[in-house]
Amino acid sequence: MRALVHRVLPSSVLLRHVLAVLAALVVVVLVLETTSQFRNSQFATMSYYAIAAVGLTVLTGLNGQISLGHGALMAVGAYTTALLLADGAVPFPLAMLAATAVTALVGVVVGAAAARLHGPYLAGATLALAVGVPGLAIYFDGLLGGEQGLRVSSPRPPDWLDDALYFLTANDLTGAKYLAYLGWGTLLLVLLLLANLMAGRYGRVWRAVRDDEVAAELAGLRLGRLRVLAFVVSAACAGLAGSVLAMVVRLAAPSGFTIVLSLSLLTAVVVGGLGSLTGALLGSALLVFLPPAVTNVGTSAGLTGVQAAQLAPFVYGVVLVVVMLVAPGGVMGLVRSWRRRGLRQGGSR
Amino acid sequence: MTVPDTSQTRLAESRSGAAPLFSATGVTVRFGGLTALDDVTLDVLPGEVHGVIGPNGAGKTTLFNVCCGFVRPGAGTLTWRGQRLTGLRPHQLAGMGIARTLQGLGLFGGLTVLENVLTGADRFRRTGFGSALLALPRARADERALTERALAALTEAGVAEYAGRYPGSLPYPVRKRVAFARALAADPELLLLDEPASGLGAAELTELGELVRALAGRMSVILVDHHMDLVMTVCDRITVLDFGRVVAQGPPAQVRDDPAVIDAYLGEEASRGGDHG
Ligand SMILES: Nc1ncnc2c1ncn2[C@@H]1O[C@H](COP(=O)(O)OP(=O)(O)O)[C@@H](O)[C@H]1O
Ligand SMILES: [Mg+2]
Repeated sequence: MRALVHRVLPSSVLLRHVLAVLAALVVVVLVLETTSQFRNSQFATMSYYAIAAVGLTVLTGLNGQISLGHGALMAVGAYTTALLLADGAVPFPLAMLAATAVTALVGVVVGAAAARLHGPYLAGATLALAVGVPGLAIYFDGLLGGEQGLRVSSPRPPDWLDDALYFLTANDLTGAKYLAYLGWGTLLLVLLLLANLMAGRYGRVWRAVRDDEVAAELAGLRLGRLRVLAFVVSAACAGLAGSVLAMVVRLAAPSGFTIVLSLSLLTAVVVGGLGSLTGALLGSALLVFLPPAVTNVGTSAGLTGVQAAQLAPFVYGVVLVVVMLVAPGGVMGLVRSWRRRGLRQGGSR
Repeated sequence: MTVPDTSQTRLAESRSGAAPLFSATGVTVRFGGLTALDDVTLDVLPGEVHGVIGPNGAGKTTLFNVCCGFVRPGAGTLTWRGQRLTGLRPHQLAGMGIARTLQGLGLFGGLTVLENVLTGADRFRRTGFGSALLALPRARADERALTERALAALTEAGVAEYAGRYPGSLPYPVRKRVAFARALAADPELLLLDEPASGLGAAELTELGELVRALAGRMSVILVDHHMDLVMTVCDRITVLDFGRVVAQGPPAQVRDDPAVIDAYLGEEASRGGDHG
């Protein structure tokens, strides 16, 4: 029996995840050091999309709750960060933690409501959140800066880090690169924690609650609590993503948190493959790198700049529809089925 | 196996004529104009296998739903180890030591067989969210303990070889055993089996009978089924339902010869020509 237990349980979940994160960190350093400042800023953008997307994929993919309101949760994180960093008294890591905590708290409230709703009702309720929250910023314009939003003073790289990186890579640490490091460091930490959760009891019981409520309840699982917990974890990620966004963009304004942001996140996790962290990363990369690519294709095909820019949302839509038709499991679903087919052809079954 | 074997003590209790482990008294359930259960009383002794039979629509599943807190009875009480149960909620059952299989299996399609059964063992977890988030050693030790329980249950149900597969890829009889293993993994004192034999062939039926009989003494079982031979050979006592009423109750030999039973159930079974429902 012991031998069997050891065969089915990886020797150490934590060790495996830490090693994977360290390997990813090496790749991140290599990529950020060898790419241009423009690319660095694109990677910074990708980092906050990805932090929110991995949180959303846990909620939607693992627990089966759809959210059209994650853009609004990012706004909560971003405004919290902007307010805290305003007079320079609060160090930015503390602001990031506070943004995460405040958004998690909002997640408790929204999640408690969401746990009672299903399908279209849940979609509708979270949509209302996405539409309503940016309106708050305009209503409380004295505090939140109205349409103009709040300017955020992004953190400057500390000298020791600048020196250390110069020593290692002979490159200067630009603001854009520092923010990209900040975003990716945060993202890798989030990935580590979520991968831990997914590999353990919570990943399992969240999926159980998603797959069969009655059987889950008979196994002693509290449906409502587990749903709220999934929402809170997801909201915390969205809040942290909003915090990184505020520092990267140097602004928290209603125009940054429209329903388009929420829909983009959902597109990213669906295209990547619901419930897969890797899929959410791929989807976020698509969000950042697809629009400029499409615009380039558009302008070289003779469209004006404005026309070409309008092409990007259209291409999103097409990609989403094609994925839903051809590979409902998303990119990672395709990868998994290829791997399985490879195994079968290898005759190992 | 690591699942503690308490069969000796539980058997001793039942021999000494102990109080019932579980009882439903005077349970009545109405759905609109339809009376699904009418003043049903049933006692389950420690370690006994108690059969509940009756034609389709007799109210057997509804009785289970009352026992699990899914359906609140219009009248009647439930008693567990001498304590009256009020406001029972389904999620409390596992912790009390009551497990149930579902007529429609209710396996988690997105979980492997092992993960399905691990969910059944979830009531034995000892660590919380923080340890899981940080993948602390104690969370890992906890998972290992649960995995041992789950594998023991899978082995007992004879499906350990499918641990890594997904339920959707398995034949129906194997899936039934997985659902059975999931209930066993909770190491219950009372196991409710809703139609465990439906859809099984003759050979599988015999194996199921042996499996259930092996549980007797270690835990109490309430077995709902259509198959007379299975119920007659496996059960210590039988309750016969017809149109929501108890028409007979007693050991198999006595129930088999009861005219009311032949009238209500065996007659219908014969007229249905051995249909497996
Ligand atoms: N939730 C419900 N609402 C209305 N009628 C129900 C419900 N559940 C069961 N019934 C009815 O109650 C009767 C007993 O059903 P059930 O307990 O499933 O029977 P059995 O399991 O013995 O075949 C049937 O007539 C069924 O249609
Ligand atoms: Mg039934």
